[in-house]
Amino acid sequence: MRGITKRFHGVTALSDVNLAVRAGEIHAVVGENGAGKSTLMKVLSGVYPHGEYEGAIHFEGSERHFGGIHDSERSGIIIIHQELALVPLLSIAENIFLGNEPTRFGVIDWFAAYAKTQALLRKVGLNERPSTLITDIGVGKQQLVEIAKALSKEVKLLILDEPTASLNETDSDALLALLLELKAQGIACILISHKLNEIAKVADTITVIRDGSTVRSFDCRAGAISEDQVIQAMVGREMADRYPKRTPDIGDTVFEIRDWRVHHPEHADRLVIRGVNLHARRGEIVGIAGLMGAGRTELAMSVFGRSYGRRISGEVRLHGRAADVSTIEKAIAAGIAYVTEDRKGYGLVLDDDIQHNITLANLAGVSSGTVIDDGREFKVASEYRQKLRIRCASVFQPVVNLSGGNQQKVVLAKWLFANPEVLILDEPTRGIDVGAKFEIYTLMAELAAAGKCVVMISSEMPELLGMCDRIYVMNEGRFVGEFAGAEASQEKIMRSIVTAGAV
Amino acid sequence: MSDTDRSAHPYAGFLKANLREYGMLISLVAIMAFFQIMTDGTLLQPLNLTNLVLQNSYIVIMALGMLLVIVAGHIDLSVGSVVGFIGALAAVLMVQFEWHFVPATLVCLLAGALIGAAQGWFVAFFRIPSFIVTLAGMLVFKGLSLALLQGQSVGPFPPTFQLLSSGFIPDWLGGEALRTTSLLAGILVAFALIAAKLRERANQTRHGMEAEPYPFFVAKNLVFVAIIVAFSWKLASYKGLPNVLIIMTLLMLFYDFVTTRTTIGRRIYALGGNEKAARLSGVKTQWLSFATFVNMGVLAAVAGLVFAARLNTATPKAGTGFELDVIAACFIGGASASGGVGKVLGAVIGAFVMGVMNNGMSILGIGIDYQQVIKGLVLLAAVFVDVYNKRKN
Repeated sequence: MRGITKRFHGVTALSDVNLAVRAGEIHAVVGENGAGKSTLMKVLSGVYPHGEYEGAIHFEGSERHFGGIHDSERSGIIIIHQELALVPLLSIAENIFLGNEPTRFGVIDWFAAYAKTQALLRKVGLNERPSTLITDIGVGKQQLVEIAKALSKEVKLLILDEPTASLNETDSDALLALLLELKAQGIACILISHKLNEIAKVADTITVIRDGSTVRSFDCRAGAISEDQVIQAMVGREMADRYPKRTPDIGDTVFEIRDWRVHHPEHADRLVIRGVNLHARRGEIVGIAGLMGAGRTELAMSVFGRSYGRRISGEVRLHGRAADVSTIEKAIAAGIAYVTEDRKGYGLVLDDDIQHNITLANLAGVSSGTVIDDGREFKVASEYRQKLRIRCASVFQPVVNLSGGNQQKVVLAKWLFANPEVLILDEPTRGIDVGAKFEIYTLMAELAAAGKCVVMISSEMPELLGMCDRIYVMNEGRFVGEFAGAEASQEKIMRSIVTAGAV
Repeated sequence: MSDTDRSAHPYAGFLKANLREYGMLISLVAIMAFFQIMTDGTLLQPLNLTNLVLQNSYIVIMALGMLLVIVAGHIDLSVGSVVGFIGALAAVLMVQFEWHFVPATLVCLLAGALIGAAQGWFVAFFRIPSFIVTLAGMLVFKGLSLALLQGQSVGPFPPTFQLLSSGFIPDWLGGEALRTTSLLAGILVAFALIAAKLRERANQTRHGMEAEPYPFFVAKNLVFVAIIVAFSWKLASYKGLPNVLIIMTLLMLFYDFVTTRTTIGRRIYALGGNEKAARLSGVKTQWLSFATFVNMGVLAAVAGLVFAARLNTATPKAGTGFELDVIAACFIGGASASGGVGKVLGAVIGAFVMGVMNNGMSILGIGIDYQQVIKGLVLLAAVFVDVYNKRKN
């Protein structure tokens, strides 16, 4: 791709971007959110057809003018989006051949489809029957189905947009291994990711995009590239420290969960949380580590007004007294806030504006009786906009148009305004860029300094190690380890997960 | 939109952002002007204007409730049948059992609330899609009104009850050619509106909020005042302000207030916009859904009473197809079928767009066949323009 420039209504999203992918290499594209990675991939895959951008796309030696996704797919360029495009209630085979069904005399030849599917699944190392429904397999396997689908179309260049964002470590590793295998077969791959450690494992070349232009390209084959070098190129400044400095001032125990047990909402006899004990003290940041599916979100949500599960038993204590958290309203009133891992699905009313989202959990704070005081609401929203540095035109802007980091700040602002004592943050930095991450870490440090309890659930161990005073390790519904922040390490945490599974 | 755009045309940005609101009003005025010309001035004659209000009152009243239901992310198909059922109930109580109209009215409103509660219960607590629950309700209450009336028309209602729809506010100040009280009431409302708007604006500027540009503010409110005064003057030169107009206006102001200024209104928008996020923010989403249906039931009962009083008889076919006009009014008025979006004033304007078209086309002698075709196309066009604008942005 040479000299790609793309404008939206006069705003330049990409300016003079160059990207060269060699046959059979894994090329990582990194950059902060909003840097223009996705836009660039949309240009390449024909989502923005030829003529809507400036510059040229060369593929296999000749210039291509893609009029749409169909054109690019026919040339062998296939993009797999972050949000998977599979139909949940259709089978694997039906999904793989959706829109591309093998037919005989206009009738779908299911025997051929199933046979081909079986071959493809073997290729991607997925051990499932072609007739299995997509809803019945996990996200990691779904990702593999997407790749199998791409393979069915004779892919030459595979574009993966944050493929491991919602995968646990085992699934991520399997996916990366598959990419290396595809590479050996001569399939080139563009990998968009925020996870630099994964990129370091597989990438041959790393291209950094910042503010719509290519900043730097690293050739990794010559020798390992340090993460700091890449991060520096991404943010355009020396990142002296990825986590804010703080001196913890830890007081008495404020928040306690005792012998917490939760059953699955649909399968009532399945125990999801198996007797968890947790405590958090004033001014402390407590981490919960664990793999995807360990039950961390389920634990947090069941504590927060029983918003997950049923047949819940156990006790939640605040300041040494049993607290009533039987409904979300009561949990909020008791001083607990839960910041969801899924901000679009559970955190925000996307079409509504920033101001209304910020005040939603504490409307009483801006109203007299049941009547909302517009002026007070605006003042509150403006204060949080300033304090959290939410980048927006005004607080009347719909949150749907904000970047991931700014959306996350709006969700945080909502819960800060509810003035909780215990703040449970579930994957607070997922899918947001390095700069915004730092701001969120700083905010957490400030909250702890102000005497709140912060409980942080995260799948990114470095941030747990960087931020937490104490880390619990969760696996299969129970805590299997507890480390003080200073003595914890990735190896120790992993070991406690692995050994717990073996028992 | 970039900053340069904004500074180049100081008002263009604002106009664009609020096109929807002004657009609705402008299209209503345009439609009225069109029929005014086509009907050689019949449309805005005092008599016809009064009829227009009377004919549309029950649609407007139900549109207020339907808007809340739609904003909450549901739909209510049963309101037409409920109108018929409540009319039948009122007729049985007042005509056959000879009850006084006050207890009869109260029983009817209670019945409406119960109907709404029954349907809302299934929708809110059992998560059965409202489309299905209220489709069932539509059949049930149509059947029940037939059963209540035993297939007959029942009437006439006592004269005191008829005043609900055929009465006008009394004229204490005298005046035969011009009902002065009515005119004065209209002028008072206009002044009250100006006072309220000025206060709101002062409050906005005091808190440093970006208010609409001054020329827009003045122009918009002058137009409103002119319309209200002209409207009440027209009505005053016939029989004055109809009672039902007063009821309608009060309800309209009440629901506008509830939706724009209260916590319960805000929570309904949040519920419709993203139910899961609303629930996790402490909103009692199930109870709120339930409440919108109870409210809808009560308003359908009010409409049923108004309609029965207007016809002065209860017939088994009363209310048939009303749900379509009511739902269309909400969507023409800018409500979103997926919930979370819509305004009370939009729904009211939408109801009047439908009403003026009905009335104007009838005066022009267009048959009921093509009237329906045209109304259907207008609904589609209104929603199309909405979706198109949204996409462009």
